[in-house]
Formats: sequence, structure tokens, C-alpha cells
Amino acid sequence: MASLARIRPTIQRTLPFVRSIQIAADSSQLQEGASHSEPFKVNLHEDSFRGYNTEPPSLDVEVTKDQLLTMYRQMTTMRRMEMAADALYKQKLIRGFCHLAIGQEAVSVGMEHGTTHDDRIISSYRTHPFAVLRGGTIKSLLGELLGRQCGMSHGKGGSMHVFTPAFQGGHGIVGAQVPLGAGLAFAAKYDEKKIATYAMYGDGASNQGQVFESFNMAKLWNLPCVFVCENNKYGMGTSAERSSMNTEYYTRGDKIPGIQANGMDILAVLKAVQHTKDWVTSGNGPILLEFVTYRYGGHSMSDPGTTYRTREEVQRMRSTQDPIRGLQRYIEEWGLASEQDLKAVDKEAKAEVDKAVEEAKESPEPLEKDLWSDIYAKGTEPPFMRGREREEIHYF
Amino acid sequence: MNMYQGVRDALSHAMMRDDTAVVFGEDVAFGGVFRCTMGLAEEFGRERVFNTPLTEQGIAGFGIGLAAMGHTAIAEIQFADYIYPAFDQIVNEAAKYRFRSGGQFSAGGLTIRCPSMAVGHGGHYHSQSPEGFFMGGAGLKVVIPRSPIQAKGLLLASIRDPNPVIFMEPKVLYRSSVEQVPMDDYELPLGRAETLVAGSDLTLLSWGTPVYHCETALHMLTSPSDALAPYVPQSLRSAKVELIDLRTILPWDAETVAESVSRTGRLVVVHEAGRTGGVGAEIGAEIQKRCFLKLNAPVKLVTGWDTPVPMQFEKFYMPDPLRILDAIIETLTY
Repeated sequence: MASLARIRPTIQRTLPFVRSIQIAADSSQLQEGASHSEPFKVNLHEDSFRGYNTEPPSLDVEVTKDQLLTMYRQMTTMRRMEMAADALYKQKLIRGFCHLAIGQEAVSVGMEHGTTHDDRIISSYRTHPFAVLRGGTIKSLLGELLGRQCGMSHGKGGSMHVFTPAFQGGHGIVGAQVPLGAGLAFAAKYDEKKIATYAMYGDGASNQGQVFESFNMAKLWNLPCVFVCENNKYGMGTSAERSSMNTEYYTRGDKIPGIQANGMDILAVLKAVQHTKDWVTSGNGPILLEFVTYRYGGHSMSDPGTTYRTREEVQRMRSTQDPIRGLQRYIEEWGLASEQDLKAVDKEAKAEVDKAVEEAKESPEPLEKDLWSDIYAKGTEPPFMRGREREEIHYF
Repeated sequence: MNMYQGVRDALSHAMMRDDTAVVFGEDVAFGGVFRCTMGLAEEFGRERVFNTPLTEQGIAGFGIGLAAMGHTAIAEIQFADYIYPAFDQIVNEAAKYRFRSGGQFSAGGLTIRCPSMAVGHGGHYHSQSPEGFFMGGAGLKVVIPRSPIQAKGLLLASIRDPNPVIFMEPKVLYRSSVEQVPMDDYELPLGRAETLVAGSDLTLLSWGTPVYHCETALHMLTSPSDALAPYVPQSLRSAKVELIDLRTILPWDAETVAESVSRTGRLVVVHEAGRTGGVGAEIGAEIQKRCFLKLNAPVKLVTGWDTPVPMQFEKFYMPDPLRILDAIIETLTY
């Protein structure tokens, strides 16, 4: 499980003297022993970051035992939850669309540890973990996927539409959330709040015109916005190299500086998030942050994910660069917990998710009257709205 | 006060009462192309009244994000014709934000102002009336005023309405319509049509600029010029036509219109946008359902044609008083 630096031909072509980023999940080193009670320092691999028009973050990151164990528990639980969603979809209990983030757990959990719930995160449709980590519950997430009343949008949205007060969504149109992120950041600046806004999108969305419109506005008005490109290497079924003239997504902000980070090592994610949060809250204007990561599954449930890449590639990523196994190795090698302890956590995570699945399944479907609620603000509705057939007209 | 001053007055009141209100759009900081935001930047500061890049989709998305944080976002799209790049943001994000988040977030604080309708020589990209495209956008409101008093009251109501509103200002009226506008802060209700002339023989329904053409057509009906006289039967000259300004296009006031048509038995709808899939089609369908047994003639539409708004032939495109008069006569004699 050594650090297999994945050399991408485009990097060689465009930046011949720059070493490429490495995306091993377990290449960080302890500085001096790991304490069980006090914070301790860890050195990230020297190729964890690259900077564009800015210095990359320093390589030391401070963590605690509790934090690492919490990260492990959260990552494991998130993966279990996504696997449960996968199973529910295959049982035809979840209908519609469903995009899973298996393989990308280091990004969501790492971001959760680098931010507070006052910060704002707005993202696309591969966001189930964000919604749960930022104030939701597994039951309310799965309930939403199942279209039940206990869902976070009362079962009216589904997989792509998950929100909590600390998570501004869950947006289904590729790239559409990015200008919204500029608006969120403007609101924070207007209110003089010292918080960061993370506007997230994928390598696929990075070619949408409105992403560039947002970059321009953010830099023009110096908005405290971090544009996060979660580069999982495939925009739906097209690899980054085949869709983008420049796959160095962190360099695509023109005058906006950028940082590329290893998105498989949760400690590198944590450091990158802390660094960019400091950057924007210190009045430096926007910054781009690219996480190089990998999605194990298909784009959505209808994509087996093997027609545009080899099974071997997926297998290699799973076995050599898995973010959860990487963190597990840190915890075990640094003597913070034993394999048995972590197995127990795995078991708890499974039990927690299984319980949430059953509870969510028991929740009833939305009431018929909810077909007409939340369209207009209460009290300002039109006199009536049409339903599914002529006889079904709802009068407010 | 004319209409652009009425709009400016409304924006000033809105910003005075609400610290979170900001006005943004292309060139708004120095007044905007139609001068509707003149002096606002000086009055409220450049932090609250600012220019954006030429970025319609970005403006809409930015405004939605801002509104989602509880702020009042008043965006200007320089011409309604340029609203199409923002269509996705308006229909998919703004309109549905409340519903799909189960009420947790909304773009309710967003109002998008845009000058619309024809001036006589705007052509393909400066004379369109895109209100019909938004009819399916449940969650949105679409408002079109006809005069300075209406513009001020309806715009203030739109800005304060907790739903995203598209406010389309008929640009030919910016200067040509003049009224004594109250200086106070006042609102006019959304979703309510206004009956301008009471009548019992035919209901004439319109909004924006064509309201004035309707008025002219009614004069032609009662006292036609010598040239027109042979075409206007004596028996129709005393007909009592009820003129209604719809004002809010979505959700439209079906109650008022249906009540009127139930009394008059005849309906003529006039709008500038093309006919196919236009607002008139929707109104016609609903009224034929509600008033089927009361109707004495088919619902008649007087609209623009199903072509791009033609530069040289804009006058022929627009539903002018003659076409309206013709429709009235045809419907009354059906």
C-alpha cells in the first residue's frame, strides 16, 4: 500500500518540471509519538498539495486521537449509509435518481472537521454525507431518498435535494449551485460574518459557463468563497482528460489562486480546508481548491461505472488508496486503537445504519396535501392550483 | 412622475426600510439604461447598489444564493430578452428552492426586474415579452404594471413578497406614462386583476402596454373616425365593454376574469407575446372551462404573431388598436 504516485500524462505535457500530486491515503508521518490525550503533530507527504499563484499549505497538521477516531467512525458510517442506499435502490424502494459518494468519504468528513456549522457549504447532487454530517440524521437522509415524511425535505425532494440549516444543498443541475455560492458568500461579507462559503462542484461541472461567471464575480467583489472542485476523474462517463482542455482544475480561476490537494488522505483534506478557510476569512478574496479523489461506483445508479474505465483501475484504487483504510492504518500504526477496536466501530456503524433504514422505511409517504405546500410562501398562494387531474384542484 | 421614476421611488423605499436590500445588475450603479436606478448608488452606497458583469445566469444564481440567506435581492436583467440565459436558474433553482428543500430554504427575497415589450423598433432582441415562458414555473410570480402608480405599488409588493418575483416593466411606458404618484410607501396586491372600465357586453383583458391600445380601441368603437365608421356597425357603438388589467400574470386572477366573463359572455385577450403557448392560451382554456355555458362567443386572442419580433415590421407584429377593434366587433357579432 505504498504511495503509488499516479502520473497523469497531461501534467507531464503542460508542466514538465512539476511533480504531480500523489493521492495515497496513508502517506502521512507522525512527527513525535502520538498522544492519547493531547493534540499531536503529523507531517503530510511532501506531494500532498500544489499551489497556483499561491504558496501551498504547510505540511504539518495537528490532530487528536479523539478526532481521528471520530473521523474513522464518520467515514465508516457514511460508507455504510451509501451502501444501504445502494441496496434500497436495487430493491426498488428508492426511485428516481441516486448518486453515491463511496470512495470520496475523505472529502466530506475532512471538510466537516475543517469547518464549523456557521460556515456554508453548497454542493451538487453527490452530497448525502454532507447533509448528514452537517446536522442531518441518517434516518432523515434515507427517508428523503425513500420519499418519506421523515426525510429532510419531508420526502418531497429525493436524493438530489437534501438540506440542513448548515448545509445549503443538494442541487441537481450541473454547476447551478456555484453562482448561488457566490451569493451566499456575498451575504456573509455583507453581514460582516467571519465565515467561509464552500461552493462545490465536480470536474464535470467545471466546464459549465456559469462556473466561470461565478469566478469572475467572486474575484471582482473579493468574496469570501472557496470554490471546491471535487475531481473524481470522471464527469458522468467521460474522463477528465477527454472533457477538459485543462485538467488542473485548481489553475482554472485565472487571477484566483488555487490549491490542489490529495483528496484521499483525510489529513491532507483537513489541512487544505483549514488553510482555505483562513485564506478567505482573512480578506484575501476567493480561492480555488481541487480535491483529487475517486468514485468507486458509477455516476448514478443506472451507470455500472465500468464502461469507461477498467475494473482493474477501480480495484486498484480500492485496494491501494482507500481513504478509510488509510486512516485505519494511521490509527493502528500510531497505537491509538487496535484492529479489534476499529472492527467494533464498523459493527456499530452497520447497526446504526440498519436501524435507520428500518425506521425510515416505517415512515409514511408524504401527505397528499403536501403536493401543494411549499410552492409559494404560506399565505401568499394563488387561490387555487391544479392537481393531477381536473377534479383535483386544491384551493388555498 | 413617469414610470421609470416610479420604479426608482419604489427601489428607494425598499432599500430605506430594509437594510439587507441590495440592487444589482448590468450598469445599475450609474442609473441603468432606462435610468430606473438613478442616484440610488449615491443615496445608499456602492455596497448596496452595484454593477455586475454581463452575466445573466450568474446574476440570477447570485441573487438566489443571497436571497437564500434571508437577504432582499433586487436584480435587474437589462432587457427581458436577456433573461433566457438565466432561465435555468429561475425555473430550476428559484422557483423550486422552497419545495425541494421542504421549506428550509427559499429564494423568496429575490425580485428580478426586467424591461420588456416592444417600443416600435427594438427588433428580435429588445422587444420580446417572455412572460409566457414562466407560466409553468410554479413557485414564481410574474408581475407586469401598466403605469407609474401601478409600477411603484406592485414593485414594492413584489420586493416584499416572500416568493421570487419576475417584474416586467413595459419599456415604452417608462417615459410615456405619467401620473401623480403618491410619495408614500404603499403596496398594491399581487395576484389581483383590476377592472378599469365596467361593462356588461364583453370582457377585454390585457396587461402592460396593450392596455392603452385597448383603451384606444374602445374609443374607436364608440366614436369611430370617418374612415373607420363604415366598418363599425351602429348597433355595436353603444356596447359596454369591460376592460381588465390582469397585472399579475402568474398566478393570475382567474376569479375576477371568470366573474366578469360570466356576466358579459364574451372574452377578448390581448397580449404582445406570440400566440402559441402564450398566456392567452392558458386563460382561454381556464375560462372556457369555468364559463362554458355562459359564453356567447369563442374566447378571442389578439396577440403578436408566431415569428421573431420583426425589426422593420414591429408595428404589424404588435396587437394595435385596429386589430383589437376588429376582434371586439367579431366577438360581439359572433
